[in-house]
Amino acid sequence: MKRFAWLDAFLGRLVAEDVMVREQPAVPALAPARTISVDADHWGKLGQAAKNWGCRWVACWGEDRGEHFQVHTCFEKDRGYLLARTDVRRLTPILPSHAPYFAAADRAERHLQDLFGIVFGDHPDPRRWIRHQAWKDSEYPLRKDFPLAGHPQPQTPADNDYKFLFAQGSGVYEIPVGPVHASIIEPGHFRFQAVGETVLHLEERLGYVHKGTEKLAEGRDAAGLARLAARVSGDSTVTHGWAACMAMEKAAGLEVPTRALVLRAIMAERERIANHLGDIGAICNDVSFSFAFYQFSRLRELWQRINLEIFGHRLLMDRVIPGGVTVDLVPEAIAAQRAQIRAVRPQLDRLMDIINTSPTVEDRLIGTGKLSHEVAAEFGALGYVGRASGVDLDVRRDSPYAPYDILTVSVPILHGGDVAARVRVRADEIRNSFVLIETLFDKLMPGPTCAPWVPPAPDSHGLGLIEGWRGETLAFVRFADDGRIARYYPRDPSLINWPLLEHLIQENIVPDFPVCNKSVNGSYSGNDL
Amino acid sequence: MLRILGKVQRIGIITERLSPWDDPALSQVGDRLKAAVGERFRGSLAIRQVDAGSCNGCELEIQALNNPYYGIERFGVHFVASPRHADMLLVTGPVSRHMEEALRRVHAATPDPKLVIAIGDCGANGGEFGVSYACAGPVSKVVPVDAVITGCPPTPLDLMRGILEAIGARKDCRSFVQV
Ligand code: SF4
Repeated sequence: MKRFAWLDAFLGRLVAEDVMVREQPAVPALAPARTISVDADHWGKLGQAAKNWGCRWVACWGEDRGEHFQVHTCFEKDRGYLLARTDVRRLTPILPSHAPYFAAADRAERHLQDLFGIVFGDHPDPRRWIRHQAWKDSEYPLRKDFPLAGHPQPQTPADNDYKFLFAQGSGVYEIPVGPVHASIIEPGHFRFQAVGETVLHLEERLGYVHKGTEKLAEGRDAAGLARLAARVSGDSTVTHGWAACMAMEKAAGLEVPTRALVLRAIMAERERIANHLGDIGAICNDVSFSFAFYQFSRLRELWQRINLEIFGHRLLMDRVIPGGVTVDLVPEAIAAQRAQIRAVRPQLDRLMDIINTSPTVEDRLIGTGKLSHEVAAEFGALGYVGRASGVDLDVRRDSPYAPYDILTVSVPILHGGDVAARVRVRADEIRNSFVLIETLFDKLMPGPTCAPWVPPAPDSHGLGLIEGWRGETLAFVRFADDGRIARYYPRDPSLINWPLLEHLIQENIVPDFPVCNKSVNGSYSGNDL
Repeated sequence: MLRILGKVQRIGIITERLSPWDDPALSQVGDRLKAAVGERFRGSLAIRQVDAGSCNGCELEIQALNNPYYGIERFGVHFVASPRHADMLLVTGPVSRHMEEALRRVHAATPDPKLVIAIGDCGANGGEFGVSYACAGPVSKVVPVDAVITGCPPTPLDLMRGILEAIGARKDCRSFVQV
């Protein structure tokens, strides 16, 4: 179907419902999205209509524009992205919520509420989310008049009075877990209501690793933003680095050399493979199949060593910079990577064969943590979490950015929705990435690997959309008049996928929580910003 | 089962004597680590890792210490689930203000004597995040720190070397052994 075939009819419908909506002139920096502006009073109607029209909720973020706050919400349907924006008066920052129509909007709007002081009048759950006790409820860190240093107390107290949902009944008990967890992972709090071993309800409380990333971005130069973006979530450093650079480059109208784009894609696929290898092993470890854990962590280590040897960093941090990349590949480096792919491919097949036919592993993974297609589609589940529940999305294929526009990206889709399906999707994605990398080597034509940075026009802005290993990753950047960053918002796929863990754990046993959590593997840092 | 055994046999033992491909001095790190852990911790050093605000890059490299190449357990070093079982805390991240109190409590729950190592540029000096309304900055701003291991993130070898140096540098490590 033609992209945006639905948009005219959708806009017509909004007009028929007396929604004040204007389509904005197309801006290449925001492609592949088209933009509309909507009256704040009609913002709720927009959400309702988008829901009825079958749109997917992608992201929302705000900007302090002086007299007013500008709120942007991104929807998607049939591979067409729609950016809706509205202005809210600074003195009375009240806006209808989209959360009644899109469950995925819930936490993002509470993020805006805590950081900008925008009140979503009909929000079903207006509890604070990102704010714990580091700043007062009358302070809004992302407003321009709030200093980066803030007004911290000498010691920030614990966040004790968050109102968790509380279940009552005979035999119901509560298990609080975290923020500090038992293994080497990020912090967050999980509140279980359980009966016997069975989980009745899980509530997540995140925000512990909120580092003020959005505020820190303000006033940086382009290179400084790339460094920060590379640390939004360390496991997705290429993804976020690329998304932020793409947004900046589009805002500045900078043409990135083809060779640089191919090198970025090679690194993005390497990042995907490294994370999938590590996680498949860790999932097996969570069900005590340590054989697979050691085998997969062995493969991941070898993969990272090649990263270091060839690209100079085990996680590929800071290799993507505005205008291009800092690395290049000599023929020997390509040969070494090809040889590694040839070596790992049969090993992966053999290990997956063993996992798939081991009764003990099967017993723990099949049917565990089942996410139904309905819930996955309702939330717009991203990456392997969506794909294992039949949600067929992949930016590389659906809205291809260079160099994926000249590649064929095949996307594995399964319908089981359980941990086993998520593992299988990830193994298939590794295989597909092997093929993509091999093809990318063939597309690597001689040429420069970086274009010199050009100062962007005052107030220019841009949108980055990348398919990271966790799924669709978005970045919005606006430059101030002095060519420095006025606003950066990264939307990690974890924002969308975290709430799904609350759904898929229901009716599972408490001891299966680690494996369910690992099979989703949301980023705490990418969520909390 | 046979296939698993077959694979195990084919791969064999890959755990390295450390480490010909990096820094020749490191080839002895493991042995020295084992000796130090043996002498000062009766052969068993229990570490509790705390992410106090990291971007998770540091966690990936600390996790790698458990892969078969580094196999840190063979030197008597193991990661424990509770600070109450720990001799040492490895703390990553610029300490986010939202993790401040949790970190203080973990520190208080760790029995004395204890060693605290701040991991990564963020843990050592705040790194890319520094001090702000949301970040308290380096770990040493919140709990006393015995040593730092810089890097963004530090490699597994940096981590092993740093742990060894921290054990060596603390004069009172002997008191870890109860006589
Ligand atoms: S030192 Fe680097 S890898 Fe470690 S938490 Fe900080 S930014 Fe992330």
